[in-house]
Amino acid sequence: MLKAGSVKEMIQQKKKATSSTSVIEKAVPVLLFTAAFISVLTTIGIVFTLIIETILFFRQVSIAEFFSGTVLRPLSRVEPQYSILPLIMGTMMTTIIAMLVAIPVGLTTAVYLSEYASTGARKVLKPMIEVLAGIPTIVYGFFAFTFVTPVLREVIPGLASTNALSPGLVMGIMIIPMVASLSEDAMSSVPNAMREGALAMGCTKFEVTFRVVIPAAISGIIASFVLGISRAIGETMIVTIASGSTKNFTFDVTQSMQTMTAYIVEVTSGDAAAGTTIYYSLYAVAMTLFVFTLTMNMLARYISRRFREVY
Amino acid sequence: MTPATPKPETITRKQSIIQPEPDTGKPLVFNTKGLNLYYGKTHALKDIHLPIAENEVTAIIGPSGCGKSTYLKALNRMVEMVESVKITGEVLYRDSNIFDRSFKVEELRTRVGMVFQKPNPFPKTIFDNVAYGPRIHGIRDKKTLKQIVEKSLRGAAIWDEVKDRLDENAYSLSGGQQQRICIARCLAIEPDVILMDEPTSALDPKSTMKVEELVQDLKEKYSIVIVTHNMQQAARISDKTAFFLNGEVVEYDATDTIFSNPSDKRTEDYISGRFG
Ligand SMILES: Nc1ncnc2c1ncn2[C@@H]1O[C@H](COP(=O)(O)OP(=O)(O)OP(=O)(O)O)[C@@H](O)[C@H]1O
Ligand SMILES: [Mg+2]
Repeated sequence: MLKAGSVKEMIQQKKKATSSTSVIEKAVPVLLFTAAFISVLTTIGIVFTLIIETILFFRQVSIAEFFSGTVLRPLSRVEPQYSILPLIMGTMMTTIIAMLVAIPVGLTTAVYLSEYASTGARKVLKPMIEVLAGIPTIVYGFFAFTFVTPVLREVIPGLASTNALSPGLVMGIMIIPMVASLSEDAMSSVPNAMREGALAMGCTKFEVTFRVVIPAAISGIIASFVLGISRAIGETMIVTIASGSTKNFTFDVTQSMQTMTAYIVEVTSGDAAAGTTIYYSLYAVAMTLFVFTLTMNMLARYISRRFREVY
Repeated sequence: MTPATPKPETITRKQSIIQPEPDTGKPLVFNTKGLNLYYGKTHALKDIHLPIAENEVTAIIGPSGCGKSTYLKALNRMVEMVESVKITGEVLYRDSNIFDRSFKVEELRTRVGMVFQKPNPFPKTIFDNVAYGPRIHGIRDKKTLKQIVEKSLRGAAIWDEVKDRLDENAYSLSGGQQQRICIARCLAIEPDVILMDEPTSALDPKSTMKVEELVQDLKEKYSIVIVTHNMQQAARISDKTAFFLNGEVVEYDATDTIFSNPSDKRTEDYISGRFG
């Protein structure tokens, strides 16, 4: 049996003991802050470099040419031209194709997992989907190039051996787990009481899903789409391998197109001497890419805050 | 447990349960006959026989875990949401067995509304909450919807409190108000029976009183089954009371009889607070 007051005594003793270790108490926040500060510092450093070099680029190439021309010909001896639009087009087309795959399939998967799957089915399916998320993008890349493209060429006669369509589709498959798991999180965090309320009023399962659960989870679902888009914009390996390096300004996805990311790969793996225009163009493209993905990520944050349902 | 000393007028339990009370003569909305329910291996309801009469308030009392909620959820088949549930026996709703294959569960639930222990409005406006059921069931006309919403909110005795804020999110209301919104939502599809699972246990005394008064008004038009832990509440608002214990109905009778002259010793013990 404990003596009355003995717990109180023990606590006081512990208190005294800890006050002697107050060095740790003081050091820990400093340590934690340093760790956080390092990552902040790195980010600031990167952004700062990007900005400086981008400014240097625009000393050599006009902003008007960069954002309104349609020709990107950095290696031309005669008349090099620096327009980012072909790259934006490449990024946009592959991203759109990817999202046309990822959004419907990802959302359907999420609805199935969160609303329809039995506990057993969920236990099997979720890890399998997560495996999909764990495949290195280089594997997706050569899968697109050596498998998907040849198969598609059987069906679409005009398809070039590198094109925007095939990596777009494969990128979509890569993004499915992300859309699925984030949307599923959003849907399964809708309280069960809400579903029960609707079911008890004679709603069918379908009505509950589409008129209660999805509306209540909509902010999380849209945020997952936006993050998926951001991921597609930033994806590098798949497009570098399977989309080629032709700087086409076209809507024709059967042709080779270069994305912003693939351009950066191409230029950095060539030997662009520091100080040349082509070297600086790297930074201008990287900066544009950064602005794109940053905007998307901020949009996702805004959406999930702004439209969060209260319950 | 010592058996109750039999009183002269005591009839055996089975009989008293199967027969609806002769004095009311009211038609039955529900009649439960030999209902058994299992959650996997847990035998949660054991051979339940229980009539529920029209335009009456039937209270279900009993200690925690005795199967009150399970029984209530069996009446609108919400209990089937639990994967492991197995049911035998029958529950007649207006003379047809709700577990028959031909009985559509959505149909049943539009006739048998439910109010939950914790208020669970949708994260929508007050108006949309109440209009939700009618909309789902195909009513689109704005004017009709408006009338339904007003009528239902009046029916749930909350119209005056919310009439100027129908566009606000239902979650901006107090718990007691939310519960009455849920009752209004339930009334909006004009059910026949309303099931209430401890509807006031999350509410303060004043809101509780309002809901209790409301239940009294509602029985004019609806039949009500209410689960409650609050003995006084059962005594105040119900016409019939069923006492559940370990998944069985120990006693079912007119509320006055149950509270003044119970025929089973266990009922008496429970009511006088000796266990539970
Ligand atoms: N989903 C479930 N799965 C398995 N067993 C369950 C489930 N729900 C209830 N039970 C069991 O069934 C029995 C009856 O539970 P029920 O919820 O009907 O009790 P109750 O009378 O409503 O209790 P309370 O007064 O605490 O609400 C309990 O033994 C409980 O453990
Ligand atoms: Mg209960």
